[in-house]
Formats: sequence, structure tokens, C-alpha cells
Amino acid sequence: MKKLSARRRHPLAAVVVLLFALAATGGLYAAFAPAGKAQADETAQSLAIEEGKKLYAVGCASCHGTGGQGTTDGPSLVGVGSAAVDFQVGTGRMPAQQPGAQVPKKKVIYTQAQIDQLAAYVASLGAGPITPTESQTDPSNADVGKGGELFRTNCAQCHNFTGEGGALTHGKFAPSLEGVSPKHIYEAMQTGPQNMPSFPDSTMPEKEKKDIIAYVKAVNGEETPSPGGFGLGGLGPVSEGLFAWIFGLGALIAVAVWVAAHTAKAKKS
Amino acid sequence: MSSQENPEEALPAEQGNAHGEVAPKDDPFADPGLPPHKPRIQDLDERAAKRSERVVAFLFTLSMIATIGFIASFVAFPIDKIVYVWPLGHVSALNLSLGLTLGIALFCIGAGAVHWARTLMSDVEVADERHAIQASPEVKAKVMADFKAGAEESVIGRRKLIRTTMFGALALVPLSGVVLLRDLGPLPEKKLRETSWDKGKRLINQNTMEPLRAEDVVVGSLTFAVPEGLKEDDHEFNQKIAKDALMIVRIQPDEIKNKQQREWAAEGIVAYSKICTHVGCPISLYEQQTHHVLCPCHQSTFDLSDGARVIFGPAGHPLPQLRIKVNDQGYLEAMGDFAEPVGPAFWERG
Amino acid sequence: MSTATTTESKPQQKAPAGERVADWADGRLGIYSLAKANMRKIFPDHWSFMLGEICMYSFIIIILTGVYLTLFFHPSMNEVVYHGSYAPMHGIRMTEAYASTLDISFDVRGGLLIRQIHHWGALIFLAAMFVHMMRVFFTGAFRKPREVNWLFGFLLFVLGMFTGFTGYSLPDDLLSGTGVRFTQGAILSVPVVGTYISMFLFGGEFPGHDMVARFYSIHILLLPGIMLGLMVAHLILVFYHKHTQFAGPGRTNNNVVGMPLLPVYMAKAGGFFFLVFGIIAIIAAAFTINPVWALGPYRPDQVSTGAQPDWYMGFAEGLIRVMPGWEINLWGHTLVLGVFIPLTLFGVILAVIAVWPFLESWVTGDKREHHIAQRPRNNPTRTAFGVAWITVYFIGLVGGGNDLWATHFHLSLNAISWFVRIGFFAGPVLAFIITKRICLGLQRRDAEKVLHGRESGIIKRLPHGEFIEVHEPLDANKLHTLTAHEQYAPAEIGPAEDENGVTRKVGPAEKLRVKLSKGMYGEGNQIAKPTAEEYKEITSGHGHH
Repeated sequence: MKKLSARRRHPLAAVVVLLFALAATGGLYAAFAPAGKAQADETAQSLAIEEGKKLYAVGCASCHGTGGQGTTDGPSLVGVGSAAVDFQVGTGRMPAQQPGAQVPKKKVIYTQAQIDQLAAYVASLGAGPITPTESQTDPSNADVGKGGELFRTNCAQCHNFTGEGGALTHGKFAPSLEGVSPKHIYEAMQTGPQNMPSFPDSTMPEKEKKDIIAYVKAVNGEETPSPGGFGLGGLGPVSEGLFAWIFGLGALIAVAVWVAAHTAKAKKS
Repeated sequence: MSSQENPEEALPAEQGNAHGEVAPKDDPFADPGLPPHKPRIQDLDERAAKRSERVVAFLFTLSMIATIGFIASFVAFPIDKIVYVWPLGHVSALNLSLGLTLGIALFCIGAGAVHWARTLMSDVEVADERHAIQASPEVKAKVMADFKAGAEESVIGRRKLIRTTMFGALALVPLSGVVLLRDLGPLPEKKLRETSWDKGKRLINQNTMEPLRAEDVVVGSLTFAVPEGLKEDDHEFNQKIAKDALMIVRIQPDEIKNKQQREWAAEGIVAYSKICTHVGCPISLYEQQTHHVLCPCHQSTFDLSDGARVIFGPAGHPLPQLRIKVNDQGYLEAMGDFAEPVGPAFWERG
Repeated sequence: MSTATTTESKPQQKAPAGERVADWADGRLGIYSLAKANMRKIFPDHWSFMLGEICMYSFIIIILTGVYLTLFFHPSMNEVVYHGSYAPMHGIRMTEAYASTLDISFDVRGGLLIRQIHHWGALIFLAAMFVHMMRVFFTGAFRKPREVNWLFGFLLFVLGMFTGFTGYSLPDDLLSGTGVRFTQGAILSVPVVGTYISMFLFGGEFPGHDMVARFYSIHILLLPGIMLGLMVAHLILVFYHKHTQFAGPGRTNNNVVGMPLLPVYMAKAGGFFFLVFGIIAIIAAAFTINPVWALGPYRPDQVSTGAQPDWYMGFAEGLIRVMPGWEINLWGHTLVLGVFIPLTLFGVILAVIAVWPFLESWVTGDKREHHIAQRPRNNPTRTAFGVAWITVYFIGLVGGGNDLWATHFHLSLNAISWFVRIGFFAGPVLAFIITKRICLGLQRRDAEKVLHGRESGIIKRLPHGEFIEVHEPLDANKLHTLTAHEQYAPAEIGPAEDENGVTRKVGPAEKLRVKLSKGMYGEGNQIAKPTAEEYKEITSGHGHH
């Protein structure tokens, strides 16, 4: 018992308790619920896991191992949770094409249904962050101003003021957040994909995550106004300086050439 | 260099020194003189000249129309109206219309004037003589004599006491100005060595402004913390957070390579200053797999699993670590101030 | 009424109104004498002679728009909670400086446009000064009597950098605040007095409550005031010296050939002001610059990636980014070489180009006036040196943006830093060698053209079957233009004894001078231009090839 109490502050303690609770509710439910429906749900769930396992064996097992235990080519997936799968596969990062400093975003090759099946399978290997529901990631009622402040404290150092992305060490980079869905932003904060640190609910609660998503959508959405004109990539002084040199000074020199050039002479006088 | 060493004869013949005179016949490279003026079409053909006149007048008229357009846009477009203009994007209608009309109004005046000058004003090239900048020996002699006379009349050469005291007075008087600058700011004293961290101060999560519990901080996560009691509306908030800002990560204790770091951590939770030791940018580009943290300003890279040692870039020393512990209620708290000054190095840092 | 006016106004008929006004002014200001010397002043036509005008006009545009901005900007660091028109900043604490910049952008009609003209104008002003300075350098237009004006111009460039920097810092946004933080860190690195300067500049600990107000008076009064004075002096000297011109038929060292100020240059230069203003206004209409609303207010614990200064400070930024982190701790003191060396280098590298004219005139020992602008190829060593200097400058700029090059070209940040570190030393050497070879090649081609004529592209078959390309001989104008440049002979140490048999002392400075002179004008460092004899021999001898 002493051993157990020492472990109650372990970071995974909450997860373990949650799992027990889930298992208990599940068990109770199974025991008391009308047999037919439970059967159906369970079948649907196990069917999804079964389908996910097949997809996994074809697309993932070569790097992550047949049971998700990981190999030299890919990390263990035990305990990464469905949110991680939904993010990695849903943004096309997984399956990875080739080893490199960082696995980039690509065309998504699975349907959302397949991704859910894969996620269900991986979640069955060990508990981890769960794919958020739509209401969890909906930024419509969030505080954009607060989100901006949180974004500048926690995110802008890698992703830039408005989420245009930036460089990390040795060829790694923080990707642009343009066009990334609220769900994927939420999942990235939850799970900390690749070298990104995670911002779990314990330090960054759901409400704050929503504020951040709302800010990203406000400053880097499809309809985000750029009142001053074309934004030059939102990259700041480097692109502005290049523009001033090439187009600004370039145009002025072209005009200077015209001003100073001798007017065409009549061919024969 | 004195001129004896470089006699003028050693220098090459002066460039184009022919004064426009007819050069000796046997020099094939001699200056043939200004070529004769060739007329433009406008000089010969009145119709062409008329065309030019119309172009200039058109440009000036266009400018007038553009100015009217500027005023109309100013009145017509509300300041917050956003329109989509390909390829610029969703831009302010007012900014775009004001800028374009102003630009056109100005550009057309310039273009009209230049076109006028180029096509209708005389384009005969004229030569203007240059005159030596240097004065003639006579002028110089006159100036020197005047100066000598003036200096003598002032008796400054003879009355040494006047001269010495005057220079003394002139040299001292600017000191008043220097002294007046004293109150620009306080003396440094120990200000750069102290932060608000102190024994028993809890770490406050900047996202929620709640005290951080050890179990909140999981491996791979990144959290920023401020000392208990620091409020955003505090008058000195910016000065304080410029030194207090803290970066919290959790590393598996067996991955921590530095012994002191392990001791100063609490259950693998390490607290490092967020202020770069190079020139003070908030450094926080944490790569959770490598435990490297990169500064976005000058790319100094620190290894958080090895005492925040500098592994790349221009920073000169590791990030200071704050010694923390988990208190009885499970909260993270500081065990004192930083052991060394945070932020950029300075002369008195030692 | 002065006597001159009374005598002139004797005729019975009343002079036209304009003339009477001019008479009035002349009686008090002496404008007729001024106009006599300057109204028909001749300016040579060349596009590169207009670069300085771009600088002057953009400076005027910046002053005009800057005055407008001061009407709305609050140079205060008092904190307010924002509730203005820009929704994503609602409820955020910020300084009045930042809030008023948001107001200029979102609540003052045309405010955003003027802000953008001001900022684009500043970037173009600095770029134009850089290019103008290089034009003067590469054509040797800094030579006597223009050395002082070269220094005025150089000072304008340096002051322009600092005026730009202080202005960029005024909105107190997160990007510029990070730049100020960097400046403060750099000041701290100064041995002995660093901490004191920092405390005095910021009125205490960084960032303090005084920075914006102090930078404001520096930005709008102190520096532009000095610059305006320097610019006027610069212009007066341009008028006084009369403009340089390129060699050509009828263009000598003793005249200046071109068009008169009235009317041609009045229209061309006056019109050019409107053209410059118009183009900058159009750029400001269509392209965002420094969208401060997206950056957020400055807080010393926040930052964004891609934190760069405006381009003219990018070179200093690059130096500081690629410097290794050297730090020496001795006797309780810290020497922050990792920051202090780049800080010093920044000044030294700029100073090197500023002192070149004096070095060059010392080496050549030439004390005559020069009014003919040289073609860069005809002074290969100077040109190569200038290109090497530009190479250092631009390698620094690349270093200043290393993170953006990394993301945009999919390279490693660390690899770029190493490239810049090596390039900083190897780049200028390579650039020097390559440029010199190109210059010498061009000189050879010129000599070839003079002696053998222009390649006409027409292939002719000779009676005995050989094919040759017909070379057209150059006309007298071109012959003159291509041979008008002067060539220095390298200096010699001279005989150890003079004609009287007394041993001459040759100091180390003189030895160095001779060495440098050989390096600049000795064999292999310039191609002797064709002589009249060579030309005659070839042309009189055997036809055309």
C-alpha cells in the first residue's frame, strides 16, 4: 500500500485512475445494460480495432513493430493515444516517406474512417490522449485576445507571431499553422508530435487551448484581412528588406534610367 | 606624404586635359571635342512635338483626376472596409484606394515633367568650365596675412595667462552638461543580480495563473512560470518578468547528465531561466526529443539534459537553473533566488 | 531700396509683378547673384548620378510623413488595456505607444497608408544611400576635392541606420522590443561601463518606462536634425564642386557637359521627386510593411521566431549570430567577447570603407583635382576591394536571416551559420580575386577594341580560303573614350642615395606605401592602355585584323 501511495503523484497516475474508472464503468455497463445493445457497441468497437489492426499491419508495422512496440525505425506507440494517431495520420505525416530531420506534412492517404480505425487500434495498445470531440475544439466562443497572449508566450517562439512557422536546429522546423484544422492544432498541443513539446490539459486546460485556436484562426485564417496590402509571407523584416531592394529600389532605378537617358534622335536630319 | 617624394611628373598625364582644344593631329586618341547636336523627332516634326505636348497634358490631367479620386475615396470608404483584390488578398479598401490615387497623382506629375523635359525642352548639351577649388597663392597670402594681423591684434600670443585660463574655462564648462545627465538612471548596484525568486515562492503557471503541481508537469511538456505574487498590472511587471521568466520541463531523471542539475530538480522537473544568456531574448524553442532549446534571435542552443550547456551559437555560458522542490501540498516551489545573474553577461558579472 | 534697384527701375514702364517681387527679394537676399551662378548650372546626364536624388527625395518623404505621424503617436510607456478597433488585441495590456500605433493603423483614415509610406520610404532611403555610396566608390568620385563630401555621405548613412533603428523601436511591439533587448544586451557587453550605459539609457532596468520617450526625441529631433544639416552641406558641396562626369568626347577634367538646371534639370529632378514619392505611395498602397497589430505588445518574456531587425541592421545581426560564444572570466570580471567583438567589428567594417579614399590618395600621392568619374574596371584593385567589402556586408546579411534561409531552402540552420562563419573570411578573398580578374579581362577587351576595332559579326572568306571576322575600326569618339583614363605607375623606393651621394632614409611607412602602390598599379594589376604608336603600327601596317 505504501508503494502505491508513493506513486500517486506519478504523471501517469491520473491516466491509470482514469483507466480503472473507465474499465469499471465499462464492466458495470456490460453487466447491467441490455445485452443486445452492449453487444452491438462492443462489436462495433472491436470491429474498428480489428480493422485498424489490419491497416496497421500493412501501413505502420514495418517501422513501429507488429504490436506497436517500436523498432529502430520508429518509436513505440504504446500509450500515445488516439489523438496522436489522428494528428500524425490525419495531417499526412504518417506513414513517413523517408527518414530525415523531421517528417513533414503530406497528402493524407487514409480516409477519416480508416484513421479512426487505426486510432482505435493504437489506443487499444495503451491509454493516451483521446481524440477531442468537435465541441472541445470549437473556437467560436473563445477569448481571442487571451489566446493571442497565450500564443505569444507558448507558441510564437517556434511558430512565428501569426503561425507562419520557423526554423529549429539541424534542419528541423516548426511548421506553418496556415490551414491546419482546429482539431489538429488541439491534438498537437495535447500530444507534442515529434520535437514539439506537449501542452497537456494539466498545464494548458481546454479553455486556454480553445483561446489559442481562436487566435490562430483570427490571424492566420483564410479570410484574415491584411489591411496594409499583400503580406509578403508575414515573415517580417527579411522579406520586407528584400522587397524594398528588389522592387522598391529596382523600380526607382528603372525610372532614373528613363529620366537620365537621352531622348531618341531623329534618324536622318 | 610630402610632395618631394612624389614629384608631380611621376603622375600620369591628366585625364582629358585637352581643354577642348584641337588636339595634335598625330594623336589618334585625342579628344575630338563635343559631337555636334543631333535633333530629335520633336525638333523637326511639329506633329511629333504636338503629340508630346498632348501626352504631358494628359499626364497632368490624370494627376488631377487621381487627386479627386483620393478625396472621393477618403470620403467614400469606411476605414474598416475589407475587400478581396487579387493577388493582394483581403486588403483595406481605404488604404489601397488612397495609396493608389495618391501614387498616381504624384507619379503623373513627375512623369509629365520628365516627358516635357525629354521631348520638348532643348536637349543641346552645354559645357560649363570648372574652376580650381584651391585658392590662388595671392588669395592665400592675403588670408594668412589677415589672420596674422587679427591674431596679433587680439594679443592672445603675448598674454599667455588669458589664453591658458580661457582654454581652461572652455574645457570645464561642458562638464555641467555631463553632470546633468547623471539622473538619466540609477546606478547598476546589484540590480542585475537579483530576481523576485525567493525561498518558498511557488511557481505559478503562466497559462492559468494557478500554482503548478508536480504531477501537472509531464515528460515532454513545456510550461512557463512566474513567481508567486507577480501581477500583470504591477508597475514594475516588465522589469521583473525580464528576469523572473522561467521555463519548466520534465526529464526522466536517468536522462539528466549533470549531477548538480539532477539535485536542483524536483522529480526530474527542471526550472531554467527563460532569458538567454547571450543578449537576453526569451529562449524557449524546446525540442522535447533532443532536450535542446534554441534561441530564436541568435540561435544559441542549450542542452537542457546537461546543465543547459551551450552546444551551439554565440551564448557564452549556460542558462541559470532555479533550485526547486515539491512542497508538502504537492506544489512546486523555489528554494531561493538564482545562484547567478540571469540574462546577458556583463562586466561586473564575474 | 538698394542703389542697384533704384538705378534699374529708372525706365518709366512698371516692371511685371514677378520681377518686382524678385527685385524686392534681391535687395534683401541677393538672389540675383545666387541665380547668376546657379540658374543655368550644368548637370551631366547619367542614371547613376540620380541615385543620390533617390536618397534626398526619400528623406524628404520620410520627414513629411513623419511629421504627420507625430500628430497621432503617443510616445508614452504608460500602460493601458486595449479596447480599440482591432479585435484580436481586445483586453490586452499594452503601452500607449503601441495602442496609439494601432489607432494610427485602424482608426485614423489614411494613417496606415502614411505609416507604410514612412516605413517603406525608410527602407528605400537606406538602400538608396548604400547604392549611391557604392556608385561613388566604384567610380572614384570620392577623390580630391570630394573627400569631405564622401565623409558627409558616410555619416548620413550611419546616422540613417540609427534613425531607422530608433524609429522601428517606437511602436513598442514584440518584434522591435526584442531588437531593443538585443541592443541592451550588446550594451551590457561593453567592458567597465556597459551596465552604467544601460541603466542610464533605459532609466533603470530594462525595459523601464522611459525608452520610448527617449528614443522618440532621438528619432524625430536629434538625429534627423543632424542629418538635415549634413544633407544640406552635402548638397552645397555638390553644387560647389560641380558634378563629376564620365570621360567622353568633349568631356574633360576642366569642364562639365550636360543640361542646364533651368529648365531641363528643374523639370527632370523636380519631376523625379514626384516619381519617387508616387512609386513609394503605390508600394505602400499594395504591400504591407511591419504589421504591428499582428506582433503584439512587447513583453520581455515573449518572443517570436524570425526575430530580425530591418535590413540595414541585418549585417550587425548576422555578425552577432555567427560569432562563437567566447566569454572570459578573470579577477571577478567578465569580458563578453562573444557580443563585444561583433559589436566592434560592426563599426570597424563600416569605417574601413569610409577611410579608403584617404588610403588611396596616400598610396597614389596624387594631389590633383579629379572630376572625371572612372569606370570601375580601370581601377581593378579598388573595384575588387569594394566588391570584397560588399561581399562581407551581404554575407553578414545572410547570417542575419539564417533562420529564414533555413526554412525556405530546407537547409540546416547550423549549416548556414557555419557557411557564414567560413564565408566571412573566404568570401571577400574570393570576391577580390574574381573581381580583379574580371576587371583586367575587361581592360584587355577595351585595349583589343581600340587596336583592332569592334567585332562586327560578319565572317569573310579570304581569297586563300581562310575565314576571318571583320573588325570595324572604332570612330574617334570611342577611341578617345576608351583611352581617356589615366594609369598610375607603381611607386618606387628610389635610389638609396640621392644625386649628392647622401643616403636617403626610407621609413617603414614609405616602404608600405610602395608595396601597396605595386599591389594596386604594378604589373599584373592593370593592363597598360594602348599607345598611339601601337595603334598607328597596327592600323597603318596590314589592314583590319
